[in-house]
Amino acid sequence: MNIIDDLISPQWRGTYTLFKKELFRFWRVAFQTVASPVLTSLLYLLIFSHVLENHVQVYEGVPYKAFLIPGLIMMSLLQNAFANSSSSLVQSKIMGSIVFVLLTPLSYVQFFIAFLAAAIIRGFLVGLSIYLVAIWFVDLSIVHPLWIFIFALLGSALLGTFGIIAGIWSDKFDQMAAFQNFVIMPLTFLSGVFYSIHSLPPFWQAVSKFNPFFYMIDGFRYGFFGQSDISPWLSFVVVLAFLLGLAWLALKMLKSGYKLRA
Amino acid sequence: MTDNKSTPAVKIEKVHKRFGELHALKGIDLTIQQGEFFGLLGPNGAGKSTLINILAGLLKPTYGQVSIMGHDVINAYQAARMSLGVVPQELVFDPFFNVREMLRFQAGYFGRGRENDAWVDEVIENLGLTDKAHTNMRKLSGGMKRRALIAQALVHKPPVIVLDEPTAGVDVELRQMLWAFIKKLNNDGHTIILTTHYLEEAEALCERVAMMKQGEIVALDTTANLLSKLPGKNLRLTLGQANLPSTLLPMLKNGENGIFTLALTELNQIEYALSELRKANVTVQDMQLIEADLEDVFMSLVGENSIQHSAPEVGEL
Repeated sequence: MNIIDDLISPQWRGTYTLFKKELFRFWRVAFQTVASPVLTSLLYLLIFSHVLENHVQVYEGVPYKAFLIPGLIMMSLLQNAFANSSSSLVQSKIMGSIVFVLLTPLSYVQFFIAFLAAAIIRGFLVGLSIYLVAIWFVDLSIVHPLWIFIFALLGSALLGTFGIIAGIWSDKFDQMAAFQNFVIMPLTFLSGVFYSIHSLPPFWQAVSKFNPFFYMIDGFRYGFFGQSDISPWLSFVVVLAFLLGLAWLALKMLKSGYKLRA
Repeated sequence: MTDNKSTPAVKIEKVHKRFGELHALKGIDLTIQQGEFFGLLGPNGAGKSTLINILAGLLKPTYGQVSIMGHDVINAYQAARMSLGVVPQELVFDPFFNVREMLRFQAGYFGRGRENDAWVDEVIENLGLTDKAHTNMRKLSGGMKRRALIAQALVHKPPVIVLDEPTAGVDVELRQMLWAFIKKLNNDGHTIILTTHYLEEAEALCERVAMMKQGEIVALDTTANLLSKLPGKNLRLTLGQANLPSTLLPMLKNGENGIFTLALTELNQIEYALSELRKANVTVQDMQLIEADLEDVFMSLVGENSIQHSAPEVGEL
């Protein structure tokens, strides 16, 4: 890190420092922020694959266990990207330590970039950890690595941004938990992590298409199997549009100082 | 937009702040020159912290302009914040890091890199934090957290330093240490703005004082001038178990445990007070003539009993 410190130009040093602080923050509690979601995903894999292995065939030639892994990776990646930015912001607001950042010359764009980059890194770290552990148990192909990377990047950025919005809006942990339990969790579980939407009745298939999580997971899965419920290009456009919309909202909130600078 | 010596350290022009129906600041005008040791006094709710938060960019004024070293806090906020170090009133801290890490992060937010580490170590040493440099912020005592907060405000070498109630709830030893340290900063050329409701603190440290009441500045002058504006003295009488004669009650400033302080406007009132005591057969056990202090000035202007005489001796090192 010291070598990188020296390479960063002074005008980006503030952004880089806030990013680094956010990385250190979650790494100091890595059992909770990285190891725990990896273990949870592996338990899902163990139980669901064991119970459903011989009952569910989603894609031709793809065992259910293998089908499940990209969904689980993406689910954890998204949840942890959200958790990183939202919990850091809520905690620092409640403890009052947010003032240390607000007193500095960091612009609202720099603030956004630093929190977003840290959320993306945590999402990638958790996702990669699950992948590395899962391939010990399952033979998992990678057909289009670039699509995997693109959807991991867009997904973690989208949820990291959503986490920034939730973190700014929430005044207490209870409100942030409501985002997690009543928005993130249902949208994730109803997005096709454990199934293909083609297995749903037509009405629920139509409903699923309003769920941005479906596009993230479907596009991500395409990168592994070269098969998906819809075209990865359509997923790419939908996810990018959601990301841009949320980024606009987050930047607008930060620029106005909403709930941060009265 | 220059940082030369003629530029005021802080210029506040016609600043209003409203929180809904509450008119917290009602047109504040204030100029603080570079190198001043300035005191901002007032009871709780007077608007001191609101004004400080506007200086720091934590609040936006409803109307008016504020600049620090010539830089507008809204339009040139980055240059303004580079010039300002703020010590918040509350003991806030980041629980994930130790003292040195936290100070290096803080310096980094201001664009300072490893070349600043020597200064960070100097601040740590000057504030007596060397032994605690690798201790997590969570594990520090209240007094040590206060020192760390001051250190955080100094890591980017700001020319203007605001201390919002720095000695609230600290013990005598730490208060003396902080006073000496803040005086040294001022001697080194830093402009100091101190908010306090301990009048002794302002009297001991500040060259110039603004007194605030309900969002307005009710007095603004040098400490010496403010004291001279109230030529009266106080007569402190120790009467033991006896009560003060009723004829002296109009002069009574305060009285408890048999010690009564009478406010005098003229010295010949001493004779009058003593004769009234003789008439009532009250024996004077002790008698002192005391100069008026900032508290008297303050009470005459603010007229509230919300000022504390000295910091309570609580907290630990």
